[in-house]
Order: sequence, then structure tokens, then C-alpha cells
Amino acid sequence: MEKTISLIRERIRDGNARVVTAEEMPAIVAELGEEGALREVDVVTTGTFGAMCSSGAFLNFGHADPPIKMEKIWLNDVEAYGGIAAVDAYIGATQKSATREESYGGAHVIEDFIAGKTVELRALSTGTDCYPRRTITTELLLENLNQAIMLNPRNGYQRYNAASNSTDRSLRTYMGLLLPNCGNITYSGSGLLNPLANDPHFRMIGGGVPAFLGGAPGMVVGEGTQHSPAGGFGTLMVTADMKQMSNDYIRAATMAGYGVTLYMGLGIPIPILDIEAVRATAIRDEDIIVDVIDYGIPTRSRPSLRKVSYAELKSGVVDLNGEEVRTSSLSSFRKAREIAGVVKSWVEQGILTPVQPARPIDPLKSAMPLRETTRGPRVLDIMDRKVIAIREDEEIRAAAQKLLKGETNHLPVINTAGKLVGIVTTYDISKAVVSPGKASLVRDIMKKKVITTTPEEAVDVAVRKLEQYNISALPVVDGEKRVIGMLTAMNLGKLFGRWLK
Amino acid sequence: MKLVVTFSRKAGKKPIIAQVVRDTGVLINVERALIDSSEGEALIDIPDESCALVKERLADLGAAVRVLEDIISLDESRCVDCGACISICPQEVFSFDDDWRLRMDEKKCVLCGRCIEICPHRALSHKGEG
Repeated sequence: MEKTISLIRERIRDGNARVVTAEEMPAIVAELGEEGALREVDVVTTGTFGAMCSSGAFLNFGHADPPIKMEKIWLNDVEAYGGIAAVDAYIGATQKSATREESYGGAHVIEDFIAGKTVELRALSTGTDCYPRRTITTELLLENLNQAIMLNPRNGYQRYNAASNSTDRSLRTYMGLLLPNCGNITYSGSGLLNPLANDPHFRMIGGGVPAFLGGAPGMVVGEGTQHSPAGGFGTLMVTADMKQMSNDYIRAATMAGYGVTLYMGLGIPIPILDIEAVRATAIRDEDIIVDVIDYGIPTRSRPSLRKVSYAELKSGVVDLNGEEVRTSSLSSFRKAREIAGVVKSWVEQGILTPVQPARPIDPLKSAMPLRETTRGPRVLDIMDRKVIAIREDEEIRAAAQKLLKGETNHLPVINTAGKLVGIVTTYDISKAVVSPGKASLVRDIMKKKVITTTPEEAVDVAVRKLEQYNISALPVVDGEKRVIGMLTAMNLGKLFGRWLK
Repeated sequence: MKLVVTFSRKAGKKPIIAQVVRDTGVLINVERALIDSSEGEALIDIPDESCALVKERLADLGAAVRVLEDIISLDESRCVDCGACISICPQEVFSFDDDWRLRMDEKKCVLCGRCIEICPHRALSHKGEG
């Protein structure tokens, strides 16, 4: 049996359509079977509410008198992109305030507009014959704008990998605070309520399909940026009128140490035309599997610690190497559920009417990494190749002499096999002199936990280590833990001459 | 019950809390302490029925004592029930109820402040605390 969109629209018009949320669907299919569910259910509604950084809005301010071609634009001190005509701008959610940094950004400008608050517009121009004015400062309400069209390049990720941190220090990421030694796991997404999880082959979700966005009736434009459905990470570009939105479903947020983001509410109704649609919308949290990614490794392909289902993540505790690790959701399942409910009533009321996609979305695409034609500096480009090291069984006095002669403040300590086992600094030696105890050998006073780098590591990553651990030198080691160089704050000066021209 | 104990160390480094434990026999759990050369503040947890006894003895030894109440405050108009606070709290103060609404068990809080810093929606704050 198959159903047509027009049959479903007719049922909605007549008030006979059966509309359910994606959360209700698994039980319906279990009870009625797939054929039965197909006969019974006409539309399944979805919803998600979480951080969606790739969001923003096109604004049109109207013309001033005398007119100005706004080239540099700030809204409450948050820069908006002004390279589009004279009085158009795009305000991006993650743009930081020029004055308030992390605590205020583009997302807050959007939130303030929607809340009915006044926003200060400041703009600069070089002035032209047709647009003589050079500066303007004015206060605006959302109702004073001709248009405020939210257009989010990448929303509604099909699913998202969970995050943890194997290092010995806390990390502050866009996935929230990650405690040391895999002390917690964070995740995002509504699992079985997620729009794309209920249509993974993009049979019913595509350009032109109606959607709930931030409390307004809107539309799917097409595939989102970085759309990567081949690996299960499809995304959507979506739009709606900001003037119809409500702060119940769109909220500015700050991820400590990362920056500003926007929590968006998104929901899409999926018409149930065939058995495949029934199967897809019967998806459960147990069926949606993601990796727990180790954010402690600062590379593009971070390693996975294990696979985990949304059911496990939502249970609040996940087993990681025999330890019970607590989880934190970063998105709101309560809101997602609420949105799926609103979408359900909007479908019943004819506010969102299912249609076939006017522009289908490629279900097989894979996102590519950045092609890099120039390489950033690596540690080997700037490290000190002259290494003055000391053996762990030498006298402290010998270390002091080496430090003096070598004009350095850090001595890597090696064992008889030539491998790195510690580090001593002028501070350690001064301490040993001021309060002489039983210590007489280097191994008695050295720090055994050494933060190191490798020759191939990007300088930016090594610099981050210096900052994080508040240290001023890193031994550069090879695969055998032999010290082949030193990277000190002083070496970084070389960057200005060679790399940052 | 949680008590905030503040004391000056100018009069010498008296082991006030240890002294109170010995004198009263009440087992005191120190949940948080900040002590420098001139003064100290400790957050202690004691059984409710021993409160009066411990307070009195601490006061005798020159410490200022107040009962810690309404430790952490949740602004429900800002909270979206995301749950970012749940896994980072060392005391397991936060949890979801059956409707995925955030619930707090304030009594467990030791005022570490971590959740206040990381709440994406700035929904958490200290109430009545400096």
C-alpha cells in the first residue's frame, strides 16, 4: 500500500489526519505492524532544540536621509557583515561583541531583537556621490527593520558525536566543559525526535518543505553546509521570518571558554507515504549510534573512545573502560518534545502543510576537509636544535653549572639509555639551594611529569600547551622519547620573521 | 546541615575544627576550605541534630558561624533544561525528572561554582552568598 501527498493533505483539510510525534511512532509500529501503521499514520512530526552555531539573519535597515552605504556595521557592538548593498547586513550568531567579548555576541543581538529590545546600529562608510553620508548611529527595534530573515547555513545535524577528554586537565569546548581523565561525557541532539534521523535518505525532507524554526513557520532551503549524509551527518539550510519567532524556541548562549552560540528550535513534519517512511520514523534511541570523541587530541580526526547509542547517552551514565561516566546533554530534550508537539498542532491546523521536496537533497554526499596549499609552521621549523641535557644520576651542582653555561632555564633530564625522564628548571635548583634536604642528585629534584612536543606538531598546538600548563619550554622528543630539541618562548620570536609576514 | 565557618588566624594557628570534633565528638565533614595566612573559611557538613552544639563550640573558639541556606539559585526563565550542568557537578546536585525537566537537590551543593561558570544560559547564580 502507498499513500499520496494529496490524500494526506485532503485528510488534514477534512480534520481526519492522524498526526503523531516521532517519539510515539515506535510504539505504534510495534502495536499495529508496519502495514497497519502506514494505514493509520499520515504525518510524523520531529523536533530538536540545541546549539546551532551556523545560524544568522539577513537584515534590511531601510535608507537614511541623507543616505549611507553602510560598509562597516555593528549591532550593539557586534559586527555584522556589510558587504551586501547599502543597507543590508548579515548578523552571524557566533560573532563576538567588540567590547563584551564572550558574554555577548551575534546570538544575543538576535535574541534581543526577538525579545522586543532596542538594538543600537552603528555604521561607517567612505561616502560616494550617491551615498554621501559617512556615519550613522541609531536605535532600532525589530519592527523598524524592513526584513529580518533568518537563514541558517547549517542546522539540524542528523546526529552528533559525543565528547570526552582523556587528558589530565579540563577542556572548555563547544561541547561544554570536559572534565579530566574522561570524567564526563557530553552530547547533543534529540535522538529519535531528530528530523533527519527520521528521514536519513532524504526522501521527504528537501528544499521547499515546511519547517518550524525558532517558533515561526519556515522552510527547508536545501542541504546545509558540511552536509555529509554518507557518514550519517546530514545537515539542513533553513529559513524563517525572525519577526514571527519567539524566545521560547531561540536562545543565545555562551559556552565557557569557547564563545557565543545560538540555541535553535527546529521541527519538520514528515508525511508517511510508504513502508520505508514507516520504518524510518520508527527509529528508536537505541538505533542511533555515535562515537565518543576524545577532545583531548587536538587534531582534525580525533580518536573515538567507543561507540554509544543515544539511549545510553540519555540514561545519564555510560561505561567507559570499566568506569561509570556521567553524561550531560547540551541540547534540551524537553524543548525538542515540545517542538514536535507544536509541529503536530501546526500540521493539524494547516499552518505547516506537507509537500514533496521541490529541490531534493543529495543523500550520499561526503564533506571534504580543507585543502591546504600552505603549511603552518611546525615545531621543527623553529625549535632549538642544540640540546643541553643532564643525566638523572648527576649532582645538582652539575645541573646548576650546565644551566649557567647553557644560558637556558630548562634542562631536560635523561636516563642512561638517553630517554627523557624529567626536567629541572632554575627554579627547582634555587629551591634545592634555599632548603637543602637530603636531595643531592638531579633525580631528587626533577619534575617527573614532563609536557613534551614532537617535531611534526603544529606550533599553534605547542603554544597552546605552553599556555595551558603555564610553562615556558617544551622538550621536543622523537618516537623513542629521545630529546632532539627544545621549544621555548624565545623560539616563538622566529615566527615573526619567517611565517607571519 | 551545612555551616560556613570563618575564623581569623591572627591569634595563632589554632586547629579549630579538629578541636570541635574532639570536644563534641561530632564527626565534621569539611567540604570546601579556603585558608590563607590571616584568615580562613570552611564549609562543613554536620548532622542536623548536632547543629546547636557545634555552632556553640565553634563560637567559643572565636569562629563566626552561619547556616548555609539557598545555596544555588536556578532562574527557570533562563533555563532551557539542557543538562550541561548535570555531569560536571561533583556533588550530583542536578538531574532530570521524568519529563526531562532539570531538578536540583540544593542540599548537596558545596558552592564550588563550576555550574555557574559553565551554564550556557546563565541560569544559575549564588543566592544570598557573597
